Amino acid sequence: MFYRRAGIRFTRYRDERQIWPLPLDRRLMLLVLLLALAAPYLLDRLYLVGYLLPWLIWATAALGLNLLMGTAGQVHLGYGAVIGMGAYGSVHLVRAGAPLELAMLAGGLISAAVGIVFGAAALRVKGLYLAMATLAMQYIVDFVISHVPFISGGSQATITVPPVRFLGIPIVGDAAVYYMALGVCIVVTLFMLNVRRTAFGRALAAVREKDYAAEVIGVDTFRFKLLAFWVSSFIGGVVGSVLAVCYLRSISPDQFHIELSIQLVAMVIVGGMGSVLGSFFGAALILFAPIVLNNLIGFMADSMDMQISTDLRAHVPLMLYGGLIVGFLLWEPLGLAKIYNNMRNYFLVWPFRHAQR
Amino acid sequence: MDWLLLAELGINGIFVGLMYGLVALGIVLIYKTSGLANLAQGALAMTGAYAAWAISVPLGLPIWLAIPLALVAMFCFGAITERLALRRMIGQPVIMAIMLTLGIEIMLRGLLPGFAGAAVKRLDIGIPVTPLFVGDLLLNRATLIGGTVSFAMILLSLLLFNSRLGVVMRAVSDDQTASWAVGIRVERAIAISWGLAAASATVAGVIWGATQGVDWSLSLLLIKALAIAILGGLDSIPGVLIAGVIVGVAESVATGILDPLVGGGTRDIVASVIILLTLLLKPHGLFGREHIERI
Repeated sequence: MFYRRAGIRFTRYRDERQIWPLPLDRRLMLLVLLLALAAPYLLDRLYLVGYLLPWLIWATAALGLNLLMGTAGQVHLGYGAVIGMGAYGSVHLVRAGAPLELAMLAGGLISAAVGIVFGAAALRVKGLYLAMATLAMQYIVDFVISHVPFISGGSQATITVPPVRFLGIPIVGDAAVYYMALGVCIVVTLFMLNVRRTAFGRALAAVREKDYAAEVIGVDTFRFKLLAFWVSSFIGGVVGSVLAVCYLRSISPDQFHIELSIQLVAMVIVGGMGSVLGSFFGAALILFAPIVLNNLIGFMADSMDMQISTDLRAHVPLMLYGGLIVGFLLWEPLGLAKIYNNMRNYFLVWPFRHAQR
Repeated sequence: MDWLLLAELGINGIFVGLMYGLVALGIVLIYKTSGLANLAQGALAMTGAYAAWAISVPLGLPIWLAIPLALVAMFCFGAITERLALRRMIGQPVIMAIMLTLGIEIMLRGLLPGFAGAAVKRLDIGIPVTPLFVGDLLLNRATLIGGTVSFAMILLSLLLFNSRLGVVMRAVSDDQTASWAVGIRVERAIAISWGLAAASATVAGVIWGATQGVDWSLSLLLIKALAIAILGGLDSIPGVLIAGVIVGVAESVATGILDPLVGGGTRDIVASVIILLTLLLKPHGLFGREHIERI
């Protein structure tokens, strides 16, 4: 069976403070990392570029949004626009001849700068106002991107990404593209794993739990909320440039509409707010569940000779996103990560249930 | 300056704004009793329009019967949504409840076009399509009637707040725990407010469905309704009336005057700009009560 323990006990503080205190987790992570590194040699091209690559990129984006929604407790319904700004900013810089490394950071900075403006407007009031301000931001940014020819290159235009080099390696071919996305994903994941152990992360947690109480114990609430907005938008911008360079290859305004924001919010909620692992689970479920369900419906329609309208099949993703958000909020507000945790904690000490910590 | 064009845009804008206001009315009703913003209001309007269409066209009932039936059905739908979904969110952070309403919005937006067909459906409520000429002004008859009905509905809801039920709802909005203590059934008041919100959304959905056809794009009324609700102050019904007129006129004037300059599409972001400006300049809206939080 699994690696069993008779309870989880530590003898040194250092052991307890590790990111993964259990040897089981450490080995599992090492295994996952090795598999991720070997994936281009193990997997078929279709699975690598069609499934694994978008999963990595969307999971990174969900991590960025999770910093804001899960760690800092602020709603953001315009994350797609943040990603779009990063994508457009960095692609324009690359086309102007800037190196990709700089363009990525600049894309992040552009997103962060614009994101923080909307954040500052919204943070004067809170909770539901923030949701609406970010929703407004989504529409305004959409409008500006598609209506300013300097940014979008005219109406209905797509901008192709020129061939680029990252850290001296040309980003051509599936493997290079995949490794670049993987690299960014690992950096963001490590940041997210560590952020809760820093003063910044603890301050955000205090703000999330009760901002007035945080203010009373000396946390500058407004500053930390803004910082959370800044960092999260920065990650969003960087992910935007990765998305443009590695996956989309040519960008157009309609790729960053409200649908992308809804997808990302659904990922964070389904995966589990505030959980790093959850972002990966959520991204996988939200990206692949519509595909699987659509195939299933198609298969059923073929094998059982049922009439299923194309309208129905076209709307399966929306139904699934909505249904998953509602279902998880009602029955498992902490998401897939919590389900995984429950199972793991059960099997960790099985059959000595009394030994659970 | 073409004053005739401006007057025409302004008058049409007032009536369109009142029609938007009817959607916003539901958001305000729910905010007043339960203190959360209902992001599913646009989808509720869409569902109401689909319900009226489903009763009148496939079932073949006359439209004057279909609309009251749709109203009753949607009232029940709203109350049931509250009972099954939102009530479980009591005591949870407000962000969870908002996300839940957003989830309901997305789900409805997928379910209804998915099962009823995504093509635009005609909903004929007997308004002639020929425009109305008042002097030199060209006015849209459907908008005029829709705006008048919306105005009446909003006034009606003002009256409602003076009835016994309205007093109960005002008490609940003031302090849930205190109203509990004096024997008011808080859950019932909130459920009724959801039902009323769904019913007013249905009226709005039918009116909008009659002017532009019934399809998923009715749920886009959400962002305009949110702009009106925020500008009016989220918990004020006279605010809905005035903010509705402001948003409607701003939108119509922007469409008429800015669109030729920037190449279309300003209609969709006027609401967003109004939300942003309101939050920057006067976060609690024109008539909103400043929220005082106790620690």
